[in-house]
Amino acid sequence: MARQRSVFYLMTVPALLLFFTFHTIPVIQGIFYSFTNWDGFSPSYDFIGIKNYLSVFQDGDVLNSYLFTFKFAVLTTLLVNALSLLIALGLNAKIKLRQFFRGVYFLPNVLSVLIVGYIFNYLFSNVFPVWGAKTGIEALSGNLLGSMEYAWIGIVIVVVWQSLAFNSILYLAGLQTISEDLYEASSLDGAGRWREFWSITFPLIASFFTINMVLSLRSFLQVFDQIIALTGGGPGRATQSIAHLIYTGGFQGQEFAYQSANSVIYLIVIVGISFVQIAFLQKREMDM
Amino acid sequence: MQKKTNWTATFLIAFGTLFILFPLYMTVSIALKTPEEMAESLFALPTGFHLSNFTKAIELTNFFQAFKNSTVITIATVLFTLLTNSMVAYAVARNRREKFFKGVYYYFISALFIPFPIIMLPIMQLTTALRMNNPSGLIVLYIVYGLAFNIFVYVGYIKSIPKELEEAAIVDGASIWGTFWRIIFPLLGPINATVGILTCLWAWNDFMLPLIILGKPEMATLPLVQFVFQGQFSTDFNLAFASYLMALSPMVILYLIAQKWVINGVTQGAVK
Repeated sequence: MARQRSVFYLMTVPALLLFFTFHTIPVIQGIFYSFTNWDGFSPSYDFIGIKNYLSVFQDGDVLNSYLFTFKFAVLTTLLVNALSLLIALGLNAKIKLRQFFRGVYFLPNVLSVLIVGYIFNYLFSNVFPVWGAKTGIEALSGNLLGSMEYAWIGIVIVVVWQSLAFNSILYLAGLQTISEDLYEASSLDGAGRWREFWSITFPLIASFFTINMVLSLRSFLQVFDQIIALTGGGPGRATQSIAHLIYTGGFQGQEFAYQSANSVIYLIVIVGISFVQIAFLQKREMDM
Repeated sequence: MQKKTNWTATFLIAFGTLFILFPLYMTVSIALKTPEEMAESLFALPTGFHLSNFTKAIELTNFFQAFKNSTVITIATVLFTLLTNSMVAYAVARNRREKFFKGVYYYFISALFIPFPIIMLPIMQLTTALRMNNPSGLIVLYIVYGLAFNIFVYVGYIKSIPKELEEAAIVDGASIWGTFWRIIFPLLGPINATVGILTCLWAWNDFMLPLIILGKPEMATLPLVQFVFQGQFSTDFNLAFASYLMALSPMVILYLIAQKWVINGVTQGAVK
């Protein structure tokens, strides 16, 4: 039996080693480089202690990218979760062509984020303005993505458009775990739709709400492909996300070590937020 | 109990699909139109099939090469992910009271919280040093990075499979190895579908890792080709959209064929 059990180790250890090599070591390296002045190309570099960190905290571009990313991620998370919950309720109701509609609503999820970005980029610059001119709606007449003030809204629209698919299906999965009997009982008690939602539906899918909120915020804080396809971080640096800044600064701006420091701070922020969010939302789950 | 059709919900849901279908309609129609037709009316249906957009796009993007790269990378990634990640999860799930395996479980899961940009710069260095800046290297990275999420999903599912089945097999003289492949792996069907679908979508559509890892233009995947192509020929929109459409279609076609399966797969992954 002892020899048998060694099979379990054989099944695990190679994966463990690979994961350590290609994930953990790079994380450690990233942290290590953040204390140096390496540009990513030169043969040598020096230790400079926490100098990178001190500079990151005083860097206007970094601050700007954090502000944009948070503003974007928080608003998108709220919008996506509210809308996808609504869509899921609709798709779970007794509607005609239910399978067909479920199919359509999930479609955006199989499309490449980058290409969806390119398609919307064209819509924003060439199609919506034509509409704006025809209908006389001022807000549509210019290219939204070219506006310093409002370009970020364009990115919100595209990300919401695509993310609704996956989140709706997850909420739908949650809704399907609720037994019909509960609704029958509540309608006998004379509960209205609104009451039904807050007293039965929402509490029973609370764990799905937690998962969806945490996953969405985490992925929206890492927004990258859409930025590349829609604005390239512009106009100016108005829509430069943290991931985009680390990429452009680290690869093209020769700020390898400096952006490593930025990554470490980013890591701490994301881990911190995820834990606070989980703790807060789970506590709410139990109170219900 | 037969409930009556909810017409308000039906109407609202139908209305909502317009927002999803409009950009897709525009993509198809722009890809099929000529610049002259576009100038006349942006929204009208194309009058004929202008396949020249497609043939030109195929040439300019080296489409078939990129298609082959994407296909090879996706198939290999899905196949090896299913075979290896399920195995690791099995070992972890069946021994999760032991310190070592419990540690392995939390080690993998914790990686879910690490944002990709922190490893972005070092991983490029590492893959270049190991000469892994090619499709094979990319496949290895997808399989390894998938572990964080897949272990979570697989372990949850394997826990629900009764242990008696394996115990009976072991009593009959089967090895653990044999038990896994002959008894457990076939039972993982539904969850393999979930993991397979999500991995397939990820590997096919991913842009960031290929951007960082793949060195030579002839290695480029479909999303990467669009990126390079966009930079060089950004003025001919009909051409660009033909190229987008060709890059999007394989997954759309696959989805249309396996639609019910895909949605159920994703739902299953969520409920477990």
